Amino acid sequence: MTGQASQNTPDSQDSINIQGNHACALGAVAAGCRFYAGYPITPSSEVAEKLAQELPKVGGVFIQMEDEIASIAATLGASMGGVKAMTATSGPGFSLKQENLGYGMGAQIPCVVVNVMRGGPSTGMPTRPSQGDLMQARWGTHGDHPVIALTPGSVEEIYSQTARAFALSEQLRIPVLVLFDESLGHLVETISLPDVAEYENTVRKWASGNPEDYKPYRPDADGVAPMARPGDGYRVHTTGLTVSESGFPTQKSIEVDRAMKRLFNKMEINKDLIESFEDVDCEDADVVIVALGIVGRAARKAVRELRAEGLKVGLFRPITLWPFPTQTFRKLTKKAKNFVVAEMNSGQMILEIGAAKQGKQVVSGLNRYDGEPISPSQIINAVKEVLDHE
Amino acid sequence: MNKHVMPQAEQPAEQGNQLDKIRDFEIQDYLRLDLFPHFMCPGCGHGIALRALLWAIHDQGIDKDKLAIVSGIGCSGRVGTYIDANTYHTTHGRPLAFATGLKMARPDLHVVVITGDGDCLAIGGNHLIHAARRNLDITCIMLNNEIYGMTGGQVSPTTPYDRFTTTTPAGNIEPVFDASRLAEAAGAGFVGREVTIHVPRLRDLISEGLDYKGFSFIEIMSDCTEINGRKNDLGSSSEMVLGQTRSMRPADFKYGEYDNNVVDHPFRPNSMNTGVFVKSDRPEYGESYRELVHDIQKKQKGH
Repeated sequence: MTGQASQNTPDSQDSINIQGNHACALGAVAAGCRFYAGYPITPSSEVAEKLAQELPKVGGVFIQMEDEIASIAATLGASMGGVKAMTATSGPGFSLKQENLGYGMGAQIPCVVVNVMRGGPSTGMPTRPSQGDLMQARWGTHGDHPVIALTPGSVEEIYSQTARAFALSEQLRIPVLVLFDESLGHLVETISLPDVAEYENTVRKWASGNPEDYKPYRPDADGVAPMARPGDGYRVHTTGLTVSESGFPTQKSIEVDRAMKRLFNKMEINKDLIESFEDVDCEDADVVIVALGIVGRAARKAVRELRAEGLKVGLFRPITLWPFPTQTFRKLTKKAKNFVVAEMNSGQMILEIGAAKQGKQVVSGLNRYDGEPISPSQIINAVKEVLDHE
Repeated sequence: MNKHVMPQAEQPAEQGNQLDKIRDFEIQDYLRLDLFPHFMCPGCGHGIALRALLWAIHDQGIDKDKLAIVSGIGCSGRVGTYIDANTYHTTHGRPLAFATGLKMARPDLHVVVITGDGDCLAIGGNHLIHAARRNLDITCIMLNNEIYGMTGGQVSPTTPYDRFTTTTPAGNIEPVFDASRLAEAAGAGFVGREVTIHVPRLRDLISEGLDYKGFSFIEIMSDCTEINGRKNDLGSSSEMVLGQTRSMRPADFKYGEYDNNVVDHPFRPNSMNTGVFVKSDRPEYGESYRELVHDIQKKQKGH
């Protein structure tokens, strides 16, 4: 999942004109999603609308629930039944889903949760883009927990990363978040749909063998425990309480410690699988721009123009935002003297860069939170300002 | 499953069947005995309700492997843990929403929700009315003990007027919800209420609810003896259970024509009756959805 993001091929025969939210819906179906529960909210409603058309065609279930909380609850319920399931929402709805998101993380139930980010706090600007939910994605639910959040940067990537979210979710028994902002959700691009058969074919490990010997939370070598499908004869217990390997609640400190380690170990073991990013000329760069989503595109253009002027500038664009690819980031940016973190919020990812950097690099933020995307010229100016100060 | 089949005696047919039913049912066959002793307080009505539920499940011949028990948070939420089935102890107020997803994804499962008055009527009230409206084939067992027991005895939407709780130290001044009428108004295809003192009647009500194709709402009047009973001087466990019948109206008392908040009795201030209140032939949601999908796929092939 490393390297350059693929570019559009508008002339190819199978190319289609499609907006980001619809690409998200189609990516989900292509990955084998057969259940969607949602609640209308701007700017993500088109994800639901598209799935309301598409899921019945493939024999899947679409249901509009009574609220955001019910939507993620139903999504988790369907997944517990053994079906690849998804819900999508935006800002306020994402907040409402947080408790049950934690249930999915704790009880290790796969599902995909899409958040098409809009301006906040509160109702904010429903039709305007923002990257204000990066930290909510990381720490939104209560308690200590691992999280996987993918941040695609184009319509094509929304399609492929939504599909990939299902694969990661199924393989690692964890809810996976897909975050993109309103401008990407409503952006119409001509793309050819990438092949996601690999993601479609990735399904969770199901319990097999003697039910007497089966422990629903005993992990295999990959850190992931096979899941029991209802009806297969295992009759297990699922709960949000902290559990021992048997799946029943425990408060013994040694068991609780193991339970928490189970949640985090699978992330560490499967780090390479989870990690994804785009690196544009980072290796020799004095200044590395860090940007994701739609800002990554502006930054790519800025890098091209600054390189044309002879300046050593690169871009690091996390596609997997959480867990942040810290080790790789350090390796790729060894020579950098400056980091410019461009994000559509008052400074969230910059906190992670501050923690990730190992040298004496100066970290500057380029922040915009007025409901407009960051432009290439803004990034160019920010980089030049940093270089002027050297 | 019929481990203890008794020989058919020369009794009148009906009575014989009834006896077989009783002898046939071994509660141990449906419990996770290794989790015992259970958490319930002495005298708690939830254990009686659990027995009646398992008995009804047995009478309906439901395969444990195909049985999904979904519960929320509270004393009611913990009850399901003891059932030897696919059990899901979900978040506070949300079991009906989880169950909706599970049943839609897996129509082959028999989905039973166990919830309480706080779980179902307060934090989960919205899910109840919409589950009732959809009429998806779920059996919802609401254990109404008129209190938040697990958290130490706070006022709930069904706590009677004047009752002392930890959050109504001067007595409760809020009117109560009549859960069954709420479920009926919201469109539940099947609604019934029973008290825990009448175990065979409770079993048969649950059995009828399990058999019903659609959303069946069963309200069980359960006693919280330790937390609600003691604080309000409601008597011993047995006195509380016996008190259940005292405020009840005769069976012919017409449902729906009573004052919702009559303070006329120390145990059950709200006049109430029991039995099956609603049994309609409204379309079941899952079936309607699958018919729709069938039509859409047929049209698609036609093109």
